[in-house]
Amino acid sequence: MNTMQDMRRGAVASIPMIIGGIPFGLLFGSLASSYGLSPWFAVAMSAVVFAGSAQFVALGLIALHAPIWVIVSTTFIVNLRHLLYAADLVKFVKHLPMPMRVIMGFGLIDETYAAVRPMYEVGAADEKNGHKVYLGSFLSFYVMWNVTTILGVLSGELIPGMSEWGLEFAMVATFIGIITPYLKHRAFWLCLLSAGVSSILLSGLPNNLGLLVSAVIGVVMGFVSDSSSKTISDSDDSIQEVSK
Amino acid sequence: MTVWQSVLIIIGMFAVTFGVRFVLFARADKVVMPAFIERALKFVPVAVLTAIITPMILMPNQHMDLSLSNPCLLGAFAAFIVGIWRQQQLLTILVGVLVFFVAKYGFSL
Repeated sequence: MNTMQDMRRGAVASIPMIIGGIPFGLLFGSLASSYGLSPWFAVAMSAVVFAGSAQFVALGLIALHAPIWVIVSTTFIVNLRHLLYAADLVKFVKHLPMPMRVIMGFGLIDETYAAVRPMYEVGAADEKNGHKVYLGSFLSFYVMWNVTTILGVLSGELIPGMSEWGLEFAMVATFIGIITPYLKHRAFWLCLLSAGVSSILLSGLPNNLGLLVSAVIGVVMGFVSDSSSKTISDSDDSIQEVSK
Repeated sequence: MTVWQSVLIIIGMFAVTFGVRFVLFARADKVVMPAFIERALKFVPVAVLTAIITPMILMPNQHMDLSLSNPCLLGAFAAFIVGIWRQQQLLTILVGVLVFFVAKYGFSL
């Protein structure tokens, strides 16, 4: 399969999440301009930082006149979950040349991880083409995020109330479609339940810390359950089977 | 906000964001993950994605809404059932989104 086809598969797997992200890009651009920030500031942030939730948090902090070090350290905490993604993907990128790893690091967002990671599981991505699939997902998101930011900056009233339509539910449904094939083993159920319950209980924590802590709790609970079970190898096999 | 402050904010945010995402990739060819970490990391997709969407589903307006008038709850429930039952991602997404939009707009038309 050639490069374009691999990239297209990555982009296609990301379509529902890209649609779900459109209102957020428009909202980010229009919020930034309604806060009186320079148009270039919002556009540059989407192009250079490329981190949706952290960008919204930063806007809020700027509106509160928070000092720069607070904005930057908050961004760090909000994005810490990406370290988990990188740790999980290390085995798939270690053979790649450094420039490719730089680009993949820049593009490591929730949606691209979510779209591409299961493709390695089922053999739709491997050492040879995985990074191309990844690039297809990342670039299509990058284009969407920057175009919608610019449109939002140019006109906050472009499509009034679009953020109320509920398009972001496409992302929720996609994530559910990614999660459910894993749920063939008790350890993954425990992981899901513990991460879900703690994300609600900890939702009051500032700076997405609840999300990060819940994710770690879910990973630990899954791991502990897995270790205490006699059928560790079975759980690995079942993921493989299910995903096919 | 001055131009300098804007530039500093963007550079700072870029540095920490890219740093978090890239630091392990930078040494990927040297890093050897211990076996128990590898086994724990296979839970990352389910743990993180669940932690992201659960508040979006159960607390769409920042407070708990377990009623049938919460379209996110209905859509997510439908997607979850179809996902467990059929294991087809596209079908799961379509059914979930359809139920969501019918619940959100269907009765107001």
